[in-house]
Amino acid sequence: MSNKEIWVIAEYENEGIKKSTWETISAARKLANHFGTKSAAVILGNGIKGIVEELSKELDLIYFIEHPLLAKYDSNTYVKCLHQLIKDKNPVIIIASATFRGKDYIPRLSARLNCGFISDCVGFEIKEGIFLKRYVYGGRLMATLKFEESKPWIITIRPRCFEYKRSGNVKGEVLHIKPALEQQDIMVTIQESLKETGKRPDLSESNVIVSGGRGMKGAANFKLLEELSDVLGGAVGASRAVVDAGWLPHSFQIGQTGRVVSPTLYIACGISGAPQHLAGMSTSKCIVAINKDPNAPIFKIADYGIVDDLFKVVPVLIEEIKRAKT
Amino acid sequence: MKIIVCIKEVPDTAIGLKIRDDSHEIETENIPWIMNPYDEYAIEEAQRLKEKFGGDIAAITVGNERVETVLRSCIALGADRAIRIKDDSLKKKDSLITSKILAEVIRNIEYDVILCGKESVDYGYAQTGQMIAEFLQIPCVSAIKKLEVSPSTKDAMCHREIEGGLEVVKCSLPAVFTAQKGLNVPRYASLSGIMKAKKMKIEILEIDTLGFNPSDLKPKIRVTNLSYPPKRQEGRIIEGTLPDTAKELVRNLKEARVI
Repeated sequence: MSNKEIWVIAEYENEGIKKSTWETISAARKLANHFGTKSAAVILGNGIKGIVEELSKELDLIYFIEHPLLAKYDSNTYVKCLHQLIKDKNPVIIIASATFRGKDYIPRLSARLNCGFISDCVGFEIKEGIFLKRYVYGGRLMATLKFEESKPWIITIRPRCFEYKRSGNVKGEVLHIKPALEQQDIMVTIQESLKETGKRPDLSESNVIVSGGRGMKGAANFKLLEELSDVLGGAVGASRAVVDAGWLPHSFQIGQTGRVVSPTLYIACGISGAPQHLAGMSTSKCIVAINKDPNAPIFKIADYGIVDDLFKVVPVLIEEIKRAKT
Repeated sequence: MKIIVCIKEVPDTAIGLKIRDDSHEIETENIPWIMNPYDEYAIEEAQRLKEKFGGDIAAITVGNERVETVLRSCIALGADRAIRIKDDSLKKKDSLITSKILAEVIRNIEYDVILCGKESVDYGYAQTGQMIAEFLQIPCVSAIKKLEVSPSTKDAMCHREIEGGLEVVKCSLPAVFTAQKGLNVPRYASLSGIMKAKKMKIEILEIDTLGFNPSDLKPKIRVTNLSYPPKRQEGRIIEGTLPDTAKELVRNLKEARVI
């Protein structure tokens, strides 16, 4: 095994390492096995010992960049620290999640390093080199890409495209890095975080999404979908029509101009299935459509369809799921 | 207030796209081209800043002659200058090259606020705005849904989208902001704007004048293939009436181990 390393940049929240980070570790392992390299994780923050420990139970090597100015995320301070560490250690590939965070600072990192960056990948093939797959043209086409030259290569991975099972039995080494940061390095200061989804999981990480369209007839009726999503431990989403009508904020929108999701189970209620919506959810593992209109295009891609009034179907479905779960 | 808006022309993805025979590109003959929808939020926000604080808007794009159509739409929507950087000499460009070029041109213009779409709907890399900020060594806030600029204190407050909610953030000016849907509702061009757009001269810049080494303009990533994603198999409609249909659905979902 060579001394070269493939890195994952970890993302976390108060509750611990984000699920999307475990998925990137799974991708890093696959690449490390092929190239005969080691995989390591980098984590930035302050006073996050417990979260670093969580990582060290899965990976042999963790670079823990710790500084009081890293207590809150800022793109420029992240890039400054990472750039220095990359110059020192020369990793061959750097992987991060294509989350809002990853999308915010990774382009800046790639520009500072002047190196190739392929964002929002959904998979890869290893032949003579790595060929990365990503959706283009609003999900209508799939592109295969490769890096041209100089390393490191930077990749971000769309959440829920790789599976990871935690082992918890590694005793990884944690290398402490103390970066040279000053107050003036912080370019963007976070003042406040406002949650819109309440206690429900975020759309991109949720196993189950219950989504409503124009057929919901009004904002108040989304209570019914919240109830259904709660019995399944899922998230609530919406079509563009719902957001344009002002029934729900844009952060709930699934589709080409909203969020792209890939849950295990997607239940579309009163959604006709316009191409712009399908672009955001057609990679879901199992799709259920409930719609009065038997000609709704959503039925063409749904695994199971019920042609009926959703206001009658959903309450019965909630009871049946409750019964099935007990 | 000096405002710059970076614009991209994209194929209208609402129509059927065809992959070219060599499978590296789409067929670009006779397809409709539009302004990248996220850039419409950027130009609208620029207009609102100009209305509030005065100043002017420069719209910039990199591309061939065809892209002048979207530049003219920007003039119709309030841009006072329109700049096209000719890219005929470049075979291929990735986001890194585009941002280097844009940053180099912007460097020679006065600016307080740079607005971009958060991504383009063609390749959707979502990189250019952040990279421009890096090359200019200024802050960038990506995927914003609200922008409040304060010229007196030379700073801005924004709402940036994150998973499950929003972050309220602050940064100093000049800065780059990339527009997310929800930032505003773009208006239509006025008749007088359209008339103005017809007459105004578009400034054209040659890449050669920007002082790049050939290696600066060599792409670092390459598309090797385009394909149509696998079609999903049509499933089955569960026939019958309630509560049997719901029961049958739950039985199937349990069997498929999705609940």
